[in-house]
Amino acid sequence: MKEKLVLVGNGMAGVRTLEELLKIAPDMYDITVFGAEPYGNYNRIMLSPVLAGEKTINDIILNDRQWYAELNITLHTGKVIARIDRRQRKVMADDGTEAAYDRLLLATGSNPFIIPVPGCDLPGVIGFRDIRDVHTMLDTARSFKHAVVIGGGLLGLEAANGLKLQGMNVTVVHLTDTLMERQLDKVAGQLLQKSLEERGLHFLLATQTEAILGEDRVKGVRFKGGLEIASDLVVMAAGIRPNTLLAKQAGIHCERGIVVNDTLQTYDPRIYAVGECVQHRGQTYGLVAPLFEQAKVCANHLARYGIGRYEGSVTSTKLKVTGIELFSAGDFQGDETTENIVMKDASRGVYKKLVLKDNRIHGAVMYGDTVDGAWYFQLLRDGTDISDFRHTLMFGQAHLGDAGHGGKNAAAAMSDDMEVCGCNGVSKGDIVRAITSKGLFTLDDVRMHTKASASCGSCTGLVEQILASTVGDYSVSTKVRPLCKCTDHPHNHVRKAIHEQHLTSIRAVMDFLEWKSPDGCSSCRPALNYYCLATWPAEARDDPQSRFINERVHANIQKDGTYSVVPRMWGGVTTPNELRAIADVADKFRIPTVKVTGGQRIDLLGVKKEDLPAVWADLNNAGMVSGHAYGKSLRTVKTCVGSEWCRFGTQDSTGLGIRLEQKTWGSWMPHKFKMAVSGCPRNCAEATIKDFGVVCVDSGYELHVGGNGGVKVRATDLLCKVTTPGQVEEYCYAFIQLYREEAHYLERTAPWIERVGLSYVKEKVVEDAGTRLALAGRFRESQRHFQHDPWATEVEERRENYLPIKKLG
Amino acid sequence: MSDWIEIGHINDIPRQGARVVNTPQGDIGIFRTAEDELFALRDSCPHKGGSLSQGIVHGRRVTCPLHNWHIELTTGEAVAPDQGCAAVYPIRIDGGRISISLPLQINQAV
Ligand code: SRM
Ligand SMILES: Cc1cc2nc3c(=O)[nH]c(=O)nc-3n(C[C@H](O)[C@H](O)[C@H](O)COP(=O)(O)OP(=O)(O)OC[C@H]3O[C@@H](n4cnc5c(N)ncnc54)[C@H](O)[C@@H]3O)c2cc1C
Ligand code: SF4
Ligand code: FES
Repeated sequence: MKEKLVLVGNGMAGVRTLEELLKIAPDMYDITVFGAEPYGNYNRIMLSPVLAGEKTINDIILNDRQWYAELNITLHTGKVIARIDRRQRKVMADDGTEAAYDRLLLATGSNPFIIPVPGCDLPGVIGFRDIRDVHTMLDTARSFKHAVVIGGGLLGLEAANGLKLQGMNVTVVHLTDTLMERQLDKVAGQLLQKSLEERGLHFLLATQTEAILGEDRVKGVRFKGGLEIASDLVVMAAGIRPNTLLAKQAGIHCERGIVVNDTLQTYDPRIYAVGECVQHRGQTYGLVAPLFEQAKVCANHLARYGIGRYEGSVTSTKLKVTGIELFSAGDFQGDETTENIVMKDASRGVYKKLVLKDNRIHGAVMYGDTVDGAWYFQLLRDGTDISDFRHTLMFGQAHLGDAGHGGKNAAAAMSDDMEVCGCNGVSKGDIVRAITSKGLFTLDDVRMHTKASASCGSCTGLVEQILASTVGDYSVSTKVRPLCKCTDHPHNHVRKAIHEQHLTSIRAVMDFLEWKSPDGCSSCRPALNYYCLATWPAEARDDPQSRFINERVHANIQKDGTYSVVPRMWGGVTTPNELRAIADVADKFRIPTVKVTGGQRIDLLGVKKEDLPAVWADLNNAGMVSGHAYGKSLRTVKTCVGSEWCRFGTQDSTGLGIRLEQKTWGSWMPHKFKMAVSGCPRNCAEATIKDFGVVCVDSGYELHVGGNGGVKVRATDLLCKVTTPGQVEEYCYAFIQLYREEAHYLERTAPWIERVGLSYVKEKVVEDAGTRLALAGRFRESQRHFQHDPWATEVEERRENYLPIKKLG
Repeated sequence: MSDWIEIGHINDIPRQGARVVNTPQGDIGIFRTAEDELFALRDSCPHKGGSLSQGIVHGRRVTCPLHNWHIELTTGEAVAPDQGCAAVYPIRIDGGRISISLPLQINQAV
């Protein structure tokens, strides 16, 4: 017999837990759900847009009754659980329905706090919590004129805005003198108040409610000091209280909320609790992102995986009033230990404040322009040291060099047929449809279902905005991302384990870290293969089956299944003989296209797979080796003509580039790695958008790192200046090795440096000669094992792999 | 029913890898999993015709090399949320020798 799981509370956190559970353990439990509300499961967040007339109730249903039926979940709607019998392990509803449980999940949410003033129980006094409240407001707006909203926080303002849009005359009463003082500082609060007043809302700040007037329904409100105003509706939005009644009656330990541990268990280990009703490490939450994290951990524990732990969340806030941009996160007030960076442009209505402590973002408030909110929030959660880009921090992420088509604040204004993802041809309409019809919540979900932002990622910002404007504010708050779905460990843990436990094969890593799938997937295997090779070059054995096709066959696959072949051309310099050999190969194998690449090499495109070994053999015979145009490896070193020919050249840039390429080719990297050497600051080899670039000057060599062209252009940072070619080599190897040892797989130098900070890289490569020498030494050692031509090896050892196993007909 | 055609030995196919059989009706990928199970699928991804035999094999799935769709080797179905199906052919192994069976019209062409 299956074990019985009973869920009390058919809301966002509880049902999310079931969804997570069914994903990983679909057949483990017989599930019964009790919900006090007479509906399936809906998106509570979207009640605000429903009230504002921008959505209908139908738009916001997440799981209808059919969903429960299809999954064999017994659903009792409109039934309030009145009692838990922990001894006999069953719950009882107010209508007498009973259900026995082996495990019980409480997700009872919270209740609006109704201020206990005289008249607070009159008809017409409501909270803003569920569909019924919204119906009451919409009905009242049809026949009455005046509304008072008590509470100028998020909920109160969204209620007030909605009621105003429904044609009511709305006054917001607030106890302190700043709106949303838990999210905004004074300046931002005032800007917000001003724009809401322009929309016709009235405010009574620093005002305390004394009584609600009326006999058989609300007629007005009286405040301390005697002021009275007429009102037909009073919405109490003065806070929420975790709904602990049921748990308390059952003798489960509660403080402000139901107290749970890191696996979301209450003091009775058979009883779990998630959502707004819980108190975890002293903290209660009123936003969905943390609840979803709890749901995941709880499901994990219910499925007896027992590996996940919930460790609390940092949250950020947005106000869902269309046309008002507002963002806040963390500690935005600051104290004597913090510093502020503030920007205010009153006529544009823009205000931003960043609170810093020890060169880390501690809090942020933004008003009017919130494009960078997600970025600041990320820096805050990751605790990133921002000293390297502190001078441009306030100008946002775009200022770090985003010339690509990153997300502008335009999602809402876009029409449905406008293309969002240029790689996969996904329009805004496609994304919105997928989100609403499939009930998607996270960026990952959208990527999976629509492919939007799943390729180059430059539209990620835009997709996130569409997500936010379609489902409400679902900012994710995961701190560490696991490497892939096969594990809960992030990249860093995996690299550390490989190093410390001396793991030299993919199998060993998977066994040691208890991988969840038998032989991994196409995301983790290539990463693990690289990590093992980079950490243990002498011992780890390459696993070709865990490489992407291009690296497995040492050529780039094309859309028609043919391949391209790019021979190495050291520093971009060639000879008549090489060119003749290339021409001969192209003729002999009828290669349709010969093209000069953006990396100063020659590309032979349209080679049949079975011809590859023969093509390589001919190129090898003419002295050419693989150009690795296909690999997460050293790609090309671009050079300019330099002092040998150019009238401006200060050093032999061509010779230096060739030497660098000859020393570094063949090395595997976390991502592709490109270099360039320019002979003078005119920089014809574009060294300042390379992973490692050298700009020759009269007195020596400037070394630049962390640049790339591509999706998101980033100009390099200056690492340091050196005086001899020998030094250039040593610094170059040390830099490469640091990147090889520490970056995440598929992380190019630009994002890696932004993550760890330029100072960190300087500390290892420039400031400490000992570390530099050791790094360079490890690179040379690694090259002893990897610097061989893969083409020659393939021709010799695996030629037949390129042929069909059999030809029929 | 149709005849079995021998196409090679299991050792000719790398574990977690694939080889191709050319047929007049198009290529067929022969896949070998980590557990030495064998599968035969039309070597054309339901998305945009990518050559599935060039993908990464994991569990009983292969990831298409062109745009990362995951395809079930047992059924040829794309893993949700993607939708589409690559044809599956009967395959058997006898003392290490692999045979596949083709639909009738191809057999006649052989
Ligand atoms: C052949 C070439 C285009 C050309 O005809 O000129 C090319 C072709 C491809 N590039 Fe590129 N890139 C080529 C130079 C560049 C350059 C210019 C350069 O190297 O100076 C850039 C911008 C500079 C840079 O990388 O910083 C460039 C930025 C990209 C990117 C974006 C990288 C990024 O970090 O944003 C990708 C996508 C990726 O790697 O994930 C990419 C990926 C690709 C791939 C490998 C796409 C793929 O996975 O199939 C293309 C392979 C086609 C093929 O089979 O040859 N290619 N690509 C160039 C080969 C250079 C070489 O000789 O090795
Ligand atoms: C108008 C509004 C706007 C919001 N906007 C945002 C936003 O923009 N961003 C954000 O992150 N969050 C927002 N929130 C907060 C978010 O909706 C909540 O954090 C979330 O819904 C809490 O989920 P929960 O499952 O804990 O509680 P709920 O979703 O409230 O679910 C609890 C359910 O349990 C039922 N229940 C309680 N007791 C019993 C019982 N004894 N027996 C049976 N059933 C019972 C209740 O009826 C309710 O249906 C908003 C909330 C509201 C009301
Ligand atoms: S060669 Fe580069 S820019 Fe051109 S289509 Fe391919 S990936 Fe895009
Ligand atoms: S062709 Fe296979 S995923 Fe696109």
